[in-house]
Amino acid sequence: MEQSIIFSGFGGQGALFAGQLLTYAAVDAGMHVTWIPSYGPEMRGGTAHCTVVIGDEPIGSPLVRNPDMAVAMNLPSTDKYEPLVRPGGLLVVNASLVQRPPAREDIETIAPPANAMAVAQGQVRLANVVLLGALLAARELMPLAVVERALAAHLPERHQHLLAANIAALHAGARFVRAQVQAAR
Amino acid sequence: MTKTLWKGNEALAEAALRAGAEAYFGYPITPQTELLEYMARRMPELGLAFLQAESEVGAINMVYGAACAGVRAMTSSSSPGVSLMQEGLSYIAGSEVPAVIVDIMRGGPGLGNIQPSQGDYFQMVKSAGHGDFHAIVLAPATIQEGVDLMYESFELAFRYRTLVTLLADGSLGQMMEPVEMPPFKSWPAQRPSWALTGAKDRDPRIISSLHLGAEHLEALNLHLQEKLGGIARQETRYETLYAEDADYLLVAFGTVGRIGRSVVRQARAAGLKAGLFRPISLWPFPEAALDALADQVKGVLVVEMNAGQMLEDVQRIVRNRVPVQFYGRMGGSIPLPDEILPALQGLQPTPRQQNGRRPRQVPA
Repeated sequence: MEQSIIFSGFGGQGALFAGQLLTYAAVDAGMHVTWIPSYGPEMRGGTAHCTVVIGDEPIGSPLVRNPDMAVAMNLPSTDKYEPLVRPGGLLVVNASLVQRPPAREDIETIAPPANAMAVAQGQVRLANVVLLGALLAARELMPLAVVERALAAHLPERHQHLLAANIAALHAGARFVRAQVQAAR
Repeated sequence: MTKTLWKGNEALAEAALRAGAEAYFGYPITPQTELLEYMARRMPELGLAFLQAESEVGAINMVYGAACAGVRAMTSSSSPGVSLMQEGLSYIAGSEVPAVIVDIMRGGPGLGNIQPSQGDYFQMVKSAGHGDFHAIVLAPATIQEGVDLMYESFELAFRYRTLVTLLADGSLGQMMEPVEMPPFKSWPAQRPSWALTGAKDRDPRIISSLHLGAEHLEALNLHLQEKLGGIARQETRYETLYAEDADYLLVAFGTVGRIGRSVVRQARAAGLKAGLFRPISLWPFPEAALDALADQVKGVLVVEMNAGQMLEDVQRIVRNRVPVQFYGRMGGSIPLPDEILPALQGLQPTPRQQNGRRPRQVPA
């Protein structure tokens, strides 16, 4: 059983790091995993994306056309990946930058206002971790605690003072989804 | 031992150091620059020689010089950079000194782009330089396999006094996977008996690729051919998946080889008895194993990130016993399972096509 997730956003929004964080956590959880970035000119200003594939046996293709899940941090990413998520899959959209309603009814869409939620934790740059928290609350890929440990171990040295804020952002994203699920009941 | 997450280029660099690399000479080029950068950081820590040369031509000739002294020397580059190195590769082969080269292929021809490609199969497997020689060419499909092959590379290079090339595409260099790093290998302090170590208290040794006498040069060539024949008998490597009872065989190497695992699983789930044959050594090509499978299967599909280069080796080995079809992508595009699966399923004859060969697949 393999699960594929694409993270996409503007260069600098942290889409690649959000994917790496999930990948580090998957390694720590003993899963098979691949992380592959876009490494073309888009790294210098345009959109940047990465694909993470997690599985319980060695990963075959590290790339997919129709991911099980996509995290779209901006409008161009939403326009690009919303049509590609496989039917029954999940799209996590950053509602702070994407105001339009979902275009598909055959996938689940959750839309936390990640920029605003990140600012509430002290830094707009935490939006990537907010969205990862939402993803993990919507699809139980692994416990949040595993990602917390991955954050502690792999947050770059210069950002370690933001560890507590990152963990708070992760939980804020997860709480947003759980509150929606509660409300739906 | 626990697994840690490594980027492909950096994992290959660390594995080379654990394999015993003592000297690295290189020149940056995307998508392999992280390998050089990692060496620039790590080798001074270990007291080893790192030098960024003025060009790829300089780098390969520095490798040649260090190799003549019996030093475990290596370089890495990507397609256009390797083209610049070809004169040096031929000198290294003609001089029978050991060296390790990493080629992280990008789209070509020309400067092409920095996206993944397998367009340099011909270059590395058939003609790494002028004259009659082959490098041992190893093509990993995962970062762990790249680490494991790199770990053996200097042993192979020194056992046969030959060039060893690790050939991978840009995606393997850029991606991250969990890796178990092997321990540092120990090597004898003594240099090999042929190495140029200073002729104090002994007769000078001469290493050269210049042999002006025809008889002398032919004798050297006959010796090289005999040595290469021995390598061809001893050093083939490949992996199969579901090949034992396969009716239809997918043949692919490197990144496409690992994608082939997904394709063959999906094909089996859809009721097609498909199998995968993944050459790991591209030279020597695992001919006997593919030859045997060609007697068993009803059709073969070769998939590459090029216009059909390994295809020629597969056709030569299959010898028209069964149809051999091809699907390829070029220019930096990676063929995905949903493109390959229909091509594999298309190997099954439809009633109208029972007697004829299907046309060559044209990429989407």
